[in-house]
Amino acid sequence: MALKATLNRLDAKGSPYLYVVPFFLLFGIFGLYPLIYTGYVSFNDWNLLDGGEHQWVGLANYREMLQDAYFWNSLGNTLSIWVLSTVPQLLAALWIAHLLNHKLRARTSLRMGVLLPNITSIVAVTIVFTQLFGRDFGMINWLLGLVGVGPIDWQADTWSSHLAIATIVIWRWTGYNALIYLASMQAIPHDLYEAAELDGASSTQQFWRITVPNLRPTIIFTTVISTIGGLQIIAEPLLFAGTSTPTGGSDRQFQTIALFMYEQGFREFRFGYASAIAWTLCLIIAVFAIANFLLTRRIANDEE
Amino acid sequence: MTVLANPPATRTEPPAAPRRRANRRGFGFPRRGSVWTYAALLAIVAGSLFPLYWSFVVSSQTSEAVAKTPPVLIPGGHLFDNIARVFDSTNFGKALLNSFIVSGSITISVVFFSTLAGFAFAKLKFRGRKLLLVLAIGTSMVPQQLGIIPLYMLMTKLGWTDQLAAVIVPGLVTAFGVFFMTQYLGRAVPDELLEAGRMDGCTTFGLYWHVVLPAARPAAAVLGLFTFMQAWNDFFWPLVVLQNNATVQVALSSLASGYTTDYTLTLTGTLLATLPILVIFIVLGRQIVGGIMQGAIKG
Repeated sequence: MALKATLNRLDAKGSPYLYVVPFFLLFGIFGLYPLIYTGYVSFNDWNLLDGGEHQWVGLANYREMLQDAYFWNSLGNTLSIWVLSTVPQLLAALWIAHLLNHKLRARTSLRMGVLLPNITSIVAVTIVFTQLFGRDFGMINWLLGLVGVGPIDWQADTWSSHLAIATIVIWRWTGYNALIYLASMQAIPHDLYEAAELDGASSTQQFWRITVPNLRPTIIFTTVISTIGGLQIIAEPLLFAGTSTPTGGSDRQFQTIALFMYEQGFREFRFGYASAIAWTLCLIIAVFAIANFLLTRRIANDEE
Repeated sequence: MTVLANPPATRTEPPAAPRRRANRRGFGFPRRGSVWTYAALLAIVAGSLFPLYWSFVVSSQTSEAVAKTPPVLIPGGHLFDNIARVFDSTNFGKALLNSFIVSGSITISVVFFSTLAGFAFAKLKFRGRKLLLVLAIGTSMVPQQLGIIPLYMLMTKLGWTDQLAAVIVPGLVTAFGVFFMTQYLGRAVPDELLEAGRMDGCTTFGLYWHVVLPAARPAAAVLGLFTFMQAWNDFFWPLVVLQNNATVQVALSSLASGYTTDYTLTLTGTLLATLPILVIFIVLGRQIVGGIMQGAIKG
């Protein structure tokens, strides 16, 4: 009997740790450890082709990176694609959420229709869009031709390739963000609108004075999340090239940082250098996420 | 049950007729959608559908038809020829099977372990619970993609390159899943029920098995859906580690990255890779939409 009581107490006290340990164990081995170890690798001259031989070189990889024109090129491309995709995406999402927040027939179908792009894979989406953006037989150039523009070689130039890649990102993520905004909109108390109505506020005024300020936490959340995702963008520029070369176009015109890291790591097998790029990207993401958080909070505050 | 079956998204509206006049004046929110609201939304949905419809159109045409001006917009009769061609010219069947194995095992495992951890965090008392929970949530902000080089080295050391385990094992439990289940179980399982179970001599694992798992079913379904879709669509890590034993997304990317791309073939592959997800979405779209909106409110 005493043994059973002890076992019971042990079970109640100890078992919770057993239940959470798989998560922390797996995260430690496959998430945290690689990230930290990347830091160590980045201080080494570490080439896979040398059979795992490596040599401590201190900050040499970082120094080389800062002098590498390809690195700065990829940083510029990443920021350009990030701005081109995030800003229109979130504004459009806000508008779509506003539309969906009406009393509608076939409500669920409309919501599903808006979300559909998000459930498809990046690979599939990028392949389809690459075809639509084709120079000779692409539908987008055909449409542009009808109004007397083009044809544009979308892959060839910096601006056109950035625009095309941003379009892919926007298409895939706008609906998802719209649903997140919609959920927040529905949590806003109705009396706020009724009071505004009595005071004679127009629909537009209500949107900017009530809806947007109340969505502030959600807007911050979506901005930070899209920034973290946007700065790591890799699959779209890799596949948009149409060949399996990770240079992001013949002139690296749409090579992003993550893609540059992939090229250095898994094509050149320069693990040390690629790790330095990875850590730098990590730092950039952290800085941007924090800056974003502060900035969006400020903007949303001003509107109140 | 009630929470997920009736998310705010699907709550029943008050009867429309008595309020119609008030609505026309704009009083009372949400407003009834006007013709323009519907027109705008239908245009957006059409834009969302078009790329998928287009890949279906191309998949059902011959290669020559794709290079026509104006473009062909109506499906043709060659869908099954093209599907056969995809399976002949690449190892697509193996890739599909790999994807099912990977996504299936990840889904089962994520649901099991997330519910287990969520149960501990939501319902059991233990030292350091709050701190560990904050840690677990914080880990979801760590960009995994950036640790990819050491992760690859680790897999080489384990001898897991080109083995499905390299993709399955790191995905066995996710921070999102743990957080999702903690939130859900906190409300869905009454403490009294657990206490009653304890009185009857249940061990904590017994409670998990007999009380928590059944109560978690609706949330487990949503989490399972999300996990399956995510695992199915995952591309970057499988690309790095499974070069010669591709999942369907990797196979698709190599299909598209030849120097002379056969678009008909590639878009047929796209359609095949999207189809399983599309079927799930058509059958369970309401739950998926509800789950995203539910998660948004909690997050």
